[in-house]
Amino acid sequence: MSERVFHFEIVIVGAGPAGLAAACAAAESGKRVAVVDDTPWLGGQIWRGQQAKFSNAQAREWIEKFRKSGATLLDRTSVMASPERGVLLAEYPEAPRMIRWEKLILATGARELFLPFPGWTLPGVGGAGGLQALVKNGWPVAGKKVVVAGTGPLLLAVADGLKQHGAKIISIAEQAPFSRVAGFGLKLLAHPEKVLQGVGIKSRLLGVPYRCGAWPVKADGSDQVRGVTLTDGRKTWTEECDVLACGFNLVPNVELPLALGCELSGGFVRVDQWQETGVKKIFCAGEPTGIGGADCALVEGLIAGYAACDCHDEVVKLFGKRDSWHQFRATLAEAFALRGELKSLAADDTLLCRCEDVTFGRVRQFAGWRDAKLQTRCGMGACQGRVCGAAAKTIFGWGMESVRPPVFPARISSLMTISSNSTTIAKTNQKL
Amino acid sequence: MSESIQLRVNGKTISVPSGTIVAAAVAMTGETRFRKSVFGQPRGPLCGMGICMECRVTINGQLHCRSCQTLCEEGMEVRADE
Repeated sequence: MSERVFHFEIVIVGAGPAGLAAACAAAESGKRVAVVDDTPWLGGQIWRGQQAKFSNAQAREWIEKFRKSGATLLDRTSVMASPERGVLLAEYPEAPRMIRWEKLILATGARELFLPFPGWTLPGVGGAGGLQALVKNGWPVAGKKVVVAGTGPLLLAVADGLKQHGAKIISIAEQAPFSRVAGFGLKLLAHPEKVLQGVGIKSRLLGVPYRCGAWPVKADGSDQVRGVTLTDGRKTWTEECDVLACGFNLVPNVELPLALGCELSGGFVRVDQWQETGVKKIFCAGEPTGIGGADCALVEGLIAGYAACDCHDEVVKLFGKRDSWHQFRATLAEAFALRGELKSLAADDTLLCRCEDVTFGRVRQFAGWRDAKLQTRCGMGACQGRVCGAAAKTIFGWGMESVRPPVFPARISSLMTISSNSTTIAKTNQKL
Repeated sequence: MSESIQLRVNGKTISVPSGTIVAAAVAMTGETRFRKSVFGQPRGPLCGMGICMECRVTINGQLHCRSCQTLCEEGMEVRADE
């Protein structure tokens, strides 16, 4: 699609489970619906690669449903600002796009939390979910020695996926103590489909050491990771590896919701029973409202989609299901809460900000994020603090006070659209 | 994922299945350094999801493209480590 200006009754940001479900629900009412997504594919990060070749029944169901829904997909479109209420400005390879909405549903998903430790900037050290995403699009892992470290059920899913692509999984280090992991397993009985998933994965990972109460303290190598030192708090040991995949829970992508004026509560976007945020006509669903996984995101997406079309009868039918996934969400957060030791892995010369190469030692001298940014440039590089800001929040308890446009790196020429937006939007209105 | 695509990474010609991302093509050539940090350290993909910008490379002369979110296209010219 080469147009630069769009107008839809319902615009959804994010084509992951929440976004696709919202689009399907909203399109049922016959409204003009569009889904805007940063990537060239459907399904978000969790269902990445499914579009080309289905291996996940749930992904197939929703991607096919979306394709039949009549909703428009604006892919490779990265929302960077809202120059005025009701309008999104987005970066697109050819030229920026202006997207006008009447109701907006934010389904921006989550990213991984990265915790700094000595050696974490070496090539070969990366996110667990991140590596899984890369592998789905051809990243070579066959024959590679991989250590998976971090927390949560994701570690097992990642190890399983990598193994199927020919990687040699050296070990899995789960930071949560065994008692918590076992307790989580028992509570999972309330969600039989999750138990089946887990059993399948575990059986494919037979023979791979899975240690609870263990975490990485250091990655070694000069141009590339060669090994990792792990600890269980009493002893430390080293394992050779070509890849260290770390997943320390997820961080909600709340930058766009914040830029649009949505309020947070406990770090997540605050929504009411209709998934509507504090800003009227802006809804939010999925991970930004709480890390609950794909099933939770699907239900919330449906609710947001129906609610945005005022189909409240449909919404009410879904409350029970949502409550059940919210319980799962709470169980997950409790079982895999991060241990305090993870906050003190970085040494003074360990980089905290990878974009601007700012060390942990420099940043920790400041009282808050704003001061640290002003004095050291941490969080002011290309990722705009998405990596080090989340780490600083976890380690120091610092809050990210504000978000400024553009919420996503943009070309100067695209930014100039903002300054001339009043005329552009006026022209748009005439055209419509 | 059947048809194959030819592109060049740091001058090396490589053939990849369609659906492959640029980051994967770079890795397939054996390159681990995607960019140099402010102080000259080697960096490669971290988040894999288009957030961290560590995997940025030059594609067809366009600087700072996220190789983890860009699909390979026929005849693409990719420069890493710039």
